[in-house]
Amino acid sequence: MKIRLDSVIKTFETFRAVHGVSLEIESGELVALLGPSGSGKTTILRMVAGLEYADEGHIYFGDQDATDIPVRERGVGFVFQHYALFPHMTVAENIGFGMKVSKVKRDKAEIAARVADLLRLVRLEGLGDRFPGQISGGQRQRVALARALAVDPKVLLLDEPFGALDANVRHDLRRWLREIHQELGITTIFVTHDQEEALDLADRVVILKEGKIVQQGTPQEVCRDPKDAFVMKFLGDANRLTGEVRAGIAHVGGAQVAAAGVPDGPVDIFARPRDLDWSTHGPGVAATVERVLDRPGERRVIATVSTGETLEFDVEPEQAVEKGEAGFVTLRRAKVFSLG
Amino acid sequence: MSTARRKPPRVGDNPLFRRLLIGIVLLLGALLILAPLIVIGVEAFRQGWKVYVATLANADTQHAIMLTVITALIAVPLNTIFGVAAAWAMTKFDFRGKRLLLIVTEIPFSVSPIVAGVAYLFVYGLQGIFGPMLDAYDVKILFALPGIVLASMFVTAPFVARELIPLMQAQGRDLEEAATSLGASGWRTFFSVTLPNVKWAMLYGVVLCNARVMGEFGAVSIVSGNIRGQTNTLPLHIELLYHDYQAAGAFASASILAVIAVFTIIAKVALEGRGAGRRVKPATILVTPETRP
Repeated sequence: MKIRLDSVIKTFETFRAVHGVSLEIESGELVALLGPSGSGKTTILRMVAGLEYADEGHIYFGDQDATDIPVRERGVGFVFQHYALFPHMTVAENIGFGMKVSKVKRDKAEIAARVADLLRLVRLEGLGDRFPGQISGGQRQRVALARALAVDPKVLLLDEPFGALDANVRHDLRRWLREIHQELGITTIFVTHDQEEALDLADRVVILKEGKIVQQGTPQEVCRDPKDAFVMKFLGDANRLTGEVRAGIAHVGGAQVAAAGVPDGPVDIFARPRDLDWSTHGPGVAATVERVLDRPGERRVIATVSTGETLEFDVEPEQAVEKGEAGFVTLRRAKVFSLG
Repeated sequence: MSTARRKPPRVGDNPLFRRLLIGIVLLLGALLILAPLIVIGVEAFRQGWKVYVATLANADTQHAIMLTVITALIAVPLNTIFGVAAAWAMTKFDFRGKRLLLIVTEIPFSVSPIVAGVAYLFVYGLQGIFGPMLDAYDVKILFALPGIVLASMFVTAPFVARELIPLMQAQGRDLEEAATSLGASGWRTFFSVTLPNVKWAMLYGVVLCNARVMGEFGAVSIVSGNIRGQTNTLPLHIELLYHDYQAAGAFASASILAVIAVFTIIAKVALEGRGAGRRVKPATILVTPETRP
């Protein structure tokens, strides 16, 4: 089902959570709403679900205006951040709940068969008789998903689906959710504040800030061509330097980097830690090493530039770098945003 | 060197202090609570079983017991409905004056029951606001069952709501939202999702509410008019018997209230074992702080 939001506005008391958001989600697409807390991403998701009503604007499901359809009749599957499993029902009862209360009457055997299918789909065979309090967080998450899928929703909505889980469980579930999506082909929107999660999982990422869409596109588009400093910084660690562009080249200290299409004048230069190189001789931006952080796959150096800015960059694990060492930083590639 | 190390004393761990404190509490408990209860039992049976049974078989006593039971049968369910509705409204909806409503429902706890009785007298009495109108239609509220029920309800209004509000607040709205998004109607959501998760707390409130309704004296004594065999509830009847120098009867009747109290405590402890009456979030509701990068 294709979902379309047309200049949707939502205000809570005096706080405007969503400022005129327009968005199209193609049928079968897996889209991430990504943003920091307070960016309105959860509010948008809840409006699509019908758990909140839009103050202005319209939400379309296919050609149908769904703006005023109550949540009960909207036909969405919603997975809550803390799962909201019914604690007094078994896993199987939780999954079967939607079918039991449905206007479409099903007999018990039919519901049981479907519950068994869903348990298989979420790989929880044999756990149907447990209560939510007796299973792990990752398992609860999968029960919540099975319960949402049981009602054959037109669209699947997930609020911070992995927010309450351990890092390694999160990683497995991410891949697994992607597989389920591939298998079922259901239009899916999920909300996250974790950029890695959004980029790993989604076909398309919608980046939000203060209730507005800042940028949307495939993970490749938003990563390779961030529209502004906010997107650049939000998507991952970024070093910021101020410099100047002359004839398509940005100059900062003794270093230079390509800045095609940026007009001459003062600029902000953003570079990822991997895009900086360290050497003991110039040219480059003169800096002093403050700390060296050793991590399993990399060696991260924190250095201070003479102008006071702090840079973070990665060096090869074998490279000898010590605290207090002086040297030069050069930029392999960077994003340059004009300050003019 | 001796290997036995002296443990550093914890705060308040001085044996003398500890024994003294425990001793004082036990003594006061025995004198203030246990002794009177024993006296009730002993006095009730002082003249033997036969007198005890005969006293309870007395028509006025029987009527007082009946009236108390009827009052509880009306007031407790109504207050349960009120309590559930108030708790639902206050925890699942946002509206103006929510805090005010919370404070209002707590008023009966802070107001002396006598004040409630007098207030009802002023509202429904013959000289009161609605008195003449009610009289014109021949509706009797005061000095009759409706007045007794109303006064009892006023006094016990907060009991169920108070138990439910903290619990339902901790549970949030997620469960109801989940049920609705799965297609459940409002009633269905309430009966298959909300109620099962608060039933022990609700019962706990009901038990306390019932004990208070049956034992209420102050408010009821004002509005009932104390008519023997007509508007006397058990507590009022006990007072009447006592003033009539019928000690055996007074103690026998009091023993019934004491038995109700014992059953209330047993029910209360059993329900607390089920998790009711605690001011903590149930373990099944997982609220982990969000991790922001």
